[in-house]
This record gives sequence, structure tokens and C-alpha cells, in this order.
Amino acid sequence: MDLLNALVAFANFVLIPATAYGAQLALGALGVTLIYGILRFSNFAHGDTMAFGTMVTILVTWWLQSLGVTLGPLPTALLALPAGIAATALLLLATDRVVYRFYREQKAKPVILVIVSMGVMFILNGLVRFIIGPDDQRFADGERFIVSARDFKEMTGLAEGLAIRSTQGLTIVTAIIVVAALFWFLTYTRTGKSMRAFSDNEDLALLSGINPERVVAITWIIVAVLATVAGVLYGLDKSFKPFTYFQLLLPIFAAAIVGGLGSPLGAIAGGFVIAFSEVTITYAWKKVLVYLLPDSLEPDGLVQLLSTDYKFAVSFVILVIVLLFRPTGLFRGKAV
Amino acid sequence: MTLREMGLFALVALLILGTGVVQSWNAALFILNYGLISAVMALGVNMQWGYAGLFNVGVMGFVALGGLGAVIVAMPPVGEAWAAGGLRALGGLALGLGVILGAVLIWRRLGRGRVRALAMIGWLVAGFFLFRAVFDPGVAAIEAVNPAATGYLGGLGLPVLIGWPVGGLLAAGAAWVIGKTALGLRSDYLAIATLGIAEIVIAVLKNEDWLSRGVKNVIGVPRPVPYEVDLQQSAAFVARADALGLDPVTASTLFVKLAYTGLFATVLIALIWLTQTALNSPWGRMMRAIRDNEVAAEAMGKDVKRRHLQVFILGSAICGLAGAMMVTYDSQLTPSSYQPLRFTFLVWVMVIVGGSGNNWGAVLGGFLIWFLWVQVEPLGAFLMGVLTSGMAEDSALRAHLLDSVAHMRLLTMGVILLLVLRFSPRGLIPER
Repeated sequence: MDLLNALVAFANFVLIPATAYGAQLALGALGVTLIYGILRFSNFAHGDTMAFGTMVTILVTWWLQSLGVTLGPLPTALLALPAGIAATALLLLATDRVVYRFYREQKAKPVILVIVSMGVMFILNGLVRFIIGPDDQRFADGERFIVSARDFKEMTGLAEGLAIRSTQGLTIVTAIIVVAALFWFLTYTRTGKSMRAFSDNEDLALLSGINPERVVAITWIIVAVLATVAGVLYGLDKSFKPFTYFQLLLPIFAAAIVGGLGSPLGAIAGGFVIAFSEVTITYAWKKVLVYLLPDSLEPDGLVQLLSTDYKFAVSFVILVIVLLFRPTGLFRGKAV
Repeated sequence: MTLREMGLFALVALLILGTGVVQSWNAALFILNYGLISAVMALGVNMQWGYAGLFNVGVMGFVALGGLGAVIVAMPPVGEAWAAGGLRALGGLALGLGVILGAVLIWRRLGRGRVRALAMIGWLVAGFFLFRAVFDPGVAAIEAVNPAATGYLGGLGLPVLIGWPVGGLLAAGAAWVIGKTALGLRSDYLAIATLGIAEIVIAVLKNEDWLSRGVKNVIGVPRPVPYEVDLQQSAAFVARADALGLDPVTASTLFVKLAYTGLFATVLIALIWLTQTALNSPWGRMMRAIRDNEVAAEAMGKDVKRRHLQVFILGSAICGLAGAMMVTYDSQLTPSSYQPLRFTFLVWVMVIVGGSGNNWGAVLGGFLIWFLWVQVEPLGAFLMGVLTSGMAEDSALRAHLLDSVAHMRLLTMGVILLLVLRFSPRGLIPER
């Protein structure tokens, strides 16, 4: 019984939250890694792109709610998601046209593009704050729990409850669908193949008649989908605040680098590595240990390795370890 | 200096003087003093980016560490806290350092293989718990000492000017650690690593109450210049202010700000002289050669990684110095006020707009962008007021637009950065 209780507590406080968070990070890191693979620079504006997509989705959600449209048990934001994706795709294509294309034609060094993306980041950040304000926004509605802690306790008779919030379930399901669709697209469609060819060897791809502008445009559209979905899921699960999204940049980049920049599979693995380490290291283990250890050994403290405020430190340390021992990442990304 | 450069500097001077005439001299001096600090930061970043092409987006962290340096040196020590747990906390820190050094030693001494990895992980885990066991009670004891007023170890009680170089040294130490790890890898990795260290430094300042009082802020950092109240009570000062036709209160605030201006200007001029000398010396030529073609420089026998580390540390130390100056000027350390957009990316805008690779350009960018950063908000408010004047008084859109003016500055800075990068990528004062 004690063992079961410990397992349930572990699932409730570590396994499920970390899986949801990992899925969100993985989606974000996929966007970063795709841009890196095709456009060959680290996009610092990615966090703010996520914020922009989420903001549009929130605004449309509010509008739908004011019309009385809901999705029943599912959050209304799902209905608004396509609008958010469309707006983000338009925005990204416009930035590419106005800003990035010039440097691509110049064959500017990657680091110049990084600085340019910093400028885009400023503008997006200002735009989002300008439109929706810098404060916290909650926009989740519908059913709150798939399984609530109390139901679970009644069902099983255990002392520990297991709660699965609907946003967590939704995150995992959506992430699986999106990732599966992305991999199918990259592996089997003509366009996906041309993208991979372009990423592997630009000159060879150009010689075989692939239109680079088309590849770039499709990349931006895919990135818009990934960023908006990641942002909306994160916002539903936690809450939307422009500054938090900017700060997500660090774990997302850490995930992409840990997995190997430019490798989509690596981005997913990296997302989960970062999420699980963050949650396990900042979780207070007392609740689990109480069940596992005999009374005499019961810990007096919270058995928390690091306070939650240091979660950035966790992604950073993992990043440093990977950089030191395996600079190309777990899945052998590109190292230009 | 060419005529154009002098013209640009004269323009900035005119802008600041104009602020004095239109708004107030107090505001103008505020912009000038912060402009001096910004110029120092820009010089630091320019060393890294302009001389060596290193992409550091952790300026905020180095600036904050410099501020911590000023606090550690200048604040009076809290004797009670030292007695309660000071030695224990410091001992814990020393122990932590020993554990890390031990791990490095294990890694170097033992041969490749599973034994080494296991030994190191075991050592680190055991070391971590030992560290927490020694360190945590000390911290708890320190933080329990009068938490409303102190609750931290305090500083050394030395003059705050000593804190400036100490702040630079702290930043240099952090730069050494980062540089050792991330230099020599591709440039994006250094960017991410510095971004991370900056967030961690801020997290430490916010959470380690025993060190920096955390979000309770350290206030009343001693000043290197006289206090307004003392000046107002000094008969000689009041008489002199009267002679100039100023009332004592205004005169004292202006005097204090001017005194800071003098101090900061001294630092800036010394730094300009040093950086210019360095840039024109064989060392500077070598740095630029490495920046422009690493492979060729390496073939010529230059130790690229070592030089990069050197210039990275120097530039970060200058950022730390600027941070210590800023804390001294504000008389307080407020960890929650450190925002990456303000302290990292804004400094980058300064360097790029001013002209990367040119020290005068960085200084000009520091002043100009700081001026815009301060003035865009009132300007935007004015513009928005004009734009929305046609709307109904109670219109929600109008209220929203007027409220959002504060975010105009981010937008403006982004637009300026992109415009300069596109149409004048070498900045206002290009490298020669």
C-alpha cells in the first residue's frame, strides 16, 4: 500500500506535470531546431513568437466566449487556435520578407542573423505588451480535470490522490498529434523531403532544382504552427504572461542544443530531458519518501534539492554538461 | 576625430541640454549620469563583440554581479549575523568549491571508463548533501537575525569606490567560468550560455537572502559623495547657492548629481583612453585579425581560444564595473529590477547603433540610446495623446492605447536596431 501511495504521489507531482511540460518544451524546441536546420541561425525571437500566437488565440477565445461559443468540456482556445496559427504564420512570413530575406540574399554570417532576430524579438515583445498588456491572463475554460484527486481517492481507497488536469491530457494528446504529423510530413511528402535535402546540403538541393524561397516559406509556416500550439498549450496549462514566454527561451534552447541543434528527434528528447530534470530537482520529495522509508528515517526537511526559483539553473547545468562532453548534442546535430 | 563624429557628439550634448531647458536640469543630469554608465557598459560589450566578435547576451548578469560587489564592499557588516552563522555559511561555500575541484581532479586523474563516471557522480552527490548539511543551518541562522532590517551578512564597511573594481573582479570571475566552458564552441552556444548565466545570477541575487537580502533589496548603500541633507545644513553651501540664485534644496540635488557626473566621467575617460590604446596596440590588431579570420590567425601561431577568453573576461569586467557604478548611484541593489531587455539587449542596441568595433561609437551609442530609452515614453505619451484626442473621452480603446504607451520603447528600440542593421550595418561611427 505504501509503495502504491508513493507511486501515485510521484505520478501526481512529478511524472504528469513533467510530461506535460516536456511536451510543451519539445514543441518549442522543434520550432527552434527547424529554423536552425533550414535558415541556419538561432532564432532569439522564438519565445516572443510563441507569445504572439498565444495572444491572438486568447483574443479570439475571448471573442468566441462573448458570443457564447464554447467547446463543452474542451477549452474554447482549441477553436481559436487556427486563427492564432494563421495570424502567426502571416506575421512570420512578413518578417521574413521584410527582415530576414535581405540577409539571406547577402549570405550574412549566422551571428548577424541572430542579432537581427534580437531586433525582431524587441518588436514582437513590444507589440504583445502593447496589445494585451504585460499582466497574467488566464483563458482556460471547460472541464478542469480528467481525473480529480478526490475521485481517484474514492475510486482506489488510497491516501494519495492522483489528479490529471484536462490541460495536461490535452497537451500530451495534441503534442503527439502535431509531432506525428510533422514527422509524416518530413519523411513522406515531396515538400518535406525537399526541406530535409535543403537542410542537409544547401548547394546540392539548389542544384537539383529545389526552390529555396518555397522551402523557407514552408518552414516559417510550420514554425508558426509549432510555436502557436506550444504557446497555447503552455498558457492553458499554466498562464499567459509575455515575460514568462520570453524566459522560456532558455529551456527551449537548452532542449534543442541538448538534443542536437537541427535534429527534430533530438529536440523532442531534449525537451523531455530538460523538463524531467527541472521537475525532479526542484520537487520536494518528502511526500514520496514518507511512504518509502521507515518512520525512524523519515526526513525532517522537504528533501528539495533546489528551490523552484533555480529551475533555470537546472536547464543551464544540463546544457553546460552537454556542451562540455558532447557538443553536438545527444542526437548528433549540426555543428557549423 | 572627424567633423561628422564631433557633430554627432554635439547633437547628443544638445539633446541633453535641451532636456535641461525644456524639462528640468535634474532630469538632464539623470540622463547624463546614466548615459555615462551606459557608455561604460557599451565599451565592455564593444570589446567583446567589436574587437573579438564574441556574442555575449548575458550582460545583465555581469552588471548585477558588479552591483553585488559594491554592496559587499560598502555596506556595514552585520556583526550579529556573522556571529550567528557567518563562518558556517562561508565554510559551506568553501566546501562546495572543494567538492567541485575534487570532481575535476577525479575526472583528470582517473582513466577513461565507467569507473570514472561513477566515481565522479557519487562524489558529486555525496558532496552536494554534505554541502547542504553544512551550509543550510548557517544560512537559516543568518537570515533569522532581524530579517526586517538586515537578515544578511552585510558588507565589509569599506569606502564604496573600492567596490567598483571589486564588482569588476566578480564579473571577471563569472566570465572566466563561462568562457572556459563555452568559448571555442560555435558562437550561438556562447550566446545561450551567457543568457543562462545571467538568469542564474539574478536568481541567486533574488533568493540568497543571506548574501543580498533577496527581494527585500539592499538600500542605503553608502555614497562616495556628500548627502543632500548635510549640504543643506552647511552654511557655506547655502550661501554659495544663494549667490547663484538657487534655493538650497535644488542646489544640493544638482550638486550631488554633478559630483557623480565628475566621478563617472573620470572612469569613462580613463576607460576610453585604455581601450583606445589597447585597440591600436599590437594586441588590438591581433584581436581584430582573429575576429576577421580565425583560421589564418591560428596558422600564424595565435592562441585563439586563450585570446577569446582574455577579451571576454576584460569586457565582462567592464560591465561589472558599470554595474557597481549604477548601484552606487542608485544607493540600492534591487534584484527584481534587472530585466534582460533593459540590461542586455538595450546595451546591444547601443553598441550596434553606435558602431561596433569603434570605442567612440560605443560611447556615442550609449548616450544616444539611453536618451531615447528615457524620452520615448513621454514622447510616445504625447503622440498618443494627439492621436487619440479625436476619440470619445470614455472610449475603452483610447484608455488602452494611453495605458500601453509604456511599451512603446521596446518597439522603438527594435525598429531602430533593425533599421541600423539594414541600412547602416557598421553603425553611426564605423570602425576604421
